Amino acid sequence: MPKVKIDGFEVEVPEGTTILNAARQIGGDIVPPAMCYYSSLKGSGGKCRTCLVKVTKGSANDARPLPKLVASCQTQVLDGMEVANISSDEVLNARRGVVEFLLINHPLDCPICDQAGECHLQDLSFEHGLADTRYEFERRTFEKIDIGPYIKLHMTRCILCYRCVYTAQQLTPERVHGVIGRGDHAEISTFIEKAIDNDFSGNVIDVCPVGALTDRTFRFKSRVWFLKPMDAHRNCEKCSGKAVAWMYGNEIFRVTGRKDQYGEVHDFICNTCRFEKKALEDWTIEGPRDIDRHSVISQNHYENKTVTVK
Amino acid sequence: MSRKLLLEHAHIDGINGYETYRKHGGYRAVEKALKSMAPADVLEEVKKSGLRGRGGAGFPTGMKWSFLAKPEGVPRYLLCNADESEPGTFKDRYLMEKIPHLLVEGMILSAYALGANTSYIYIRGEYSWIVFILEKAISEAYAKGWLGKNILGSGFDCDLYVNPGAGAYICGEETALIESLEGKRGNPRIKPPFPAVKGLWQCPTVVNNVETLAAVVPIVNEGGEAYARIGVGRSTGTKLISAGGNINKPGVYEVELGLSMEEFIFSDEWCGGIKNGKRLKACVPGGSSVPILPHYLVTKTAAGEDRLLSYESLADGGFESGSMLGSGGFIVYDEDQCVVRNTWNFTRFYHHESCGQCSPCREGTGWMEKVLERLENGKGKLSDMDLLVEVAKKIEGNTICPLGDAAAWPVASAIRHFREEFEWHVREPEACMQRNYGLVKEKAELA
Ligand SMILES: Cc1cc2nc3c(=O)[nH]c(=O)nc-3n(C[C@H](O)[C@H](O)[C@H](O)COP(=O)(O)O)c2cc1C
Ligand code: SF4
Ligand code: SF4
Ligand code: FES
Repeated sequence: MPKVKIDGFEVEVPEGTTILNAARQIGGDIVPPAMCYYSSLKGSGGKCRTCLVKVTKGSANDARPLPKLVASCQTQVLDGMEVANISSDEVLNARRGVVEFLLINHPLDCPICDQAGECHLQDLSFEHGLADTRYEFERRTFEKIDIGPYIKLHMTRCILCYRCVYTAQQLTPERVHGVIGRGDHAEISTFIEKAIDNDFSGNVIDVCPVGALTDRTFRFKSRVWFLKPMDAHRNCEKCSGKAVAWMYGNEIFRVTGRKDQYGEVHDFICNTCRFEKKALEDWTIEGPRDIDRHSVISQNHYENKTVTVK
Repeated sequence: MSRKLLLEHAHIDGINGYETYRKHGGYRAVEKALKSMAPADVLEEVKKSGLRGRGGAGFPTGMKWSFLAKPEGVPRYLLCNADESEPGTFKDRYLMEKIPHLLVEGMILSAYALGANTSYIYIRGEYSWIVFILEKAISEAYAKGWLGKNILGSGFDCDLYVNPGAGAYICGEETALIESLEGKRGNPRIKPPFPAVKGLWQCPTVVNNVETLAAVVPIVNEGGEAYARIGVGRSTGTKLISAGGNINKPGVYEVELGLSMEEFIFSDEWCGGIKNGKRLKACVPGGSSVPILPHYLVTKTAAGEDRLLSYESLADGGFESGSMLGSGGFIVYDEDQCVVRNTWNFTRFYHHESCGQCSPCREGTGWMEKVLERLENGKGKLSDMDLLVEVAKKIEGNTICPLGDAAAWPVASAIRHFREEFEWHVREPEACMQRNYGLVKEKAELA
């Protein structure tokens, strides 16, 4: 199995592992941020360029560094490879550039955005961005669109990571959800104004790193940091029924999939669980969910964290 | 007179039809190859010829062909890139319009060398009338037995189709072209895998420019070595240059590589000098993506040597003082042209054509366009030039496909060589709306 060194930490990983996933095995702050890659979505990644790293040594056989920065989510490790992420000024500089690019057309309407507190772009700009923007022009805007009864598309906030597109593609062979137009005027859309009509369509909300796709049954009901995320399950015929119930007191405000520390859901839940089961008796509450991200929600303190309510 | 290998017969009446083309030696190369050469022999001649890709990057064609994977039982494809959309470039259009059978013949030869039984010409949608010209030539070739099953009894089958694009520059990038041909949105793919391993329908694929494929005809007819004797150093053979801008004789020229820039721009055999007796201000020698050269670096390199029309000489001096041969889209500017406006115009193009997949290109191109627009309109700031250089640097090298670089280079080079003109737009906003700046000073004078 190839061994790779990332910022000085060595790890041995199976053949074919990407630099990003190798870094995730090491963990900590040497893990490059990823705004478009999503493990369970085939074809995702390579687009946002936030995960760029410097390969300072190509491999044991060919020690030459790679001439350009590479997308760590797309580049497979080779034995003896050495990678610089946070130890490279070139990388940090390029990343600051990418964050600035991602923000120039982003509305920065966080105070009224449902995603605030669990938005990856917020975290990213906090950790890797500049305090100030040099962009002095009008930002692009779009009308909001309802994609069916459950999902709201707020295209103005979209960073075109394509995650929702791959989700839709994976869910249904019919192409109803995709990208139209080009460049910064490209937009996510449902073709011929068709709603994505699929029992699992709600997962596009979970994969969206920003507040471009939100839950219409939850919009403006509460700020996420006022809610307590609780692992919950129910018997469901369509999906595993393993979800997170976001609660205030005894009330369930919304239901989402279970995200890992990198914001990825590995077990997609169905629309029934997500949108229609909001009563306490629908669910068996397992206990508070440990949110291992340095986001606003994890600031939420759980007094009874160790006591599991079964 | 310079030798012509591609356009020798282009002026002949009726050469776009089969009979005339055949009478002037057409399909002789196919006869020769299929009767007396193995596919590997054709590849060998192309290698010997030193032919380099004419689509822009200048990659050696023989080498590209030898990278083609050949797994058992998997079809291989040859694709002709006729998406020609780079501002300033119109040479493939001329070749296909005038002498379409040359492309068809070159593709049969190349497909034979590669063992590809199905080939496509991917042509830009705006060339709608050329689709018919090509389809006519192809149906004539089928009727005469140059295409189809078992050509000349050699056992080699070759089918050729024309596929029009829908009007996107990005579909000229080879992997976007493949996606588009597959019926998908024309987004460039992330490489690796390269098309030579996984291209069209995930099968091994070669993508070549129109002119590259046409050049295989004289290479087979005359031999790779004879071809390599034309030109200079590693720039062998002839190159089509589409010359435009403020010159007396715009048009498509076939030059022997190594012709001096001085002669090409000023002699009556070629561009015929600058129009209206004006002075030369700048030149973009290889299509909008390549760095712009100020007047004092057009005919001479920074080292004071004659600048030649060749891959090496045009690149001499690197990004500091050189440019690139690129696609051969040759644009000449006289002293009345505004470099700020020109840069804004190019950037507007890249902004419009970015596919939008990767953040630096998607967002950066639009940002640069807006800054350039305000500079051109006398509303810029002195800090804008550094900002533009910064943004260009943040795009360059950090994107999925080279469109990002292509958008960054013209901006970076224009500011490098014409900074005083940019600054003048800020310092004298009223004057810049009324007249143009004229020539920039040589760096030596500035210092
Ligand atoms: C944005 C972009 C546009 C391109 N457009 C064209 C084109 O219109 N025609 C072309 O031959 N090559 C074009 N290229 C280059 C192709 O990707 C590819 O390198 C070329 O077709 C290879 O052929 P060659 O080796 O014969 O030059 C383009 C590249 C990029 C990045
Ligand atoms: S809507 Fe969300 S998930 Fe879809 S492309 Fe935009 S940012 Fe990505
Ligand atoms: S560099 Fe530009 S055109 Fe190329 S893939 Fe990225 S966004 Fe698309
Ligand atoms: S996560 Fe690698 S490019 Fe987006």
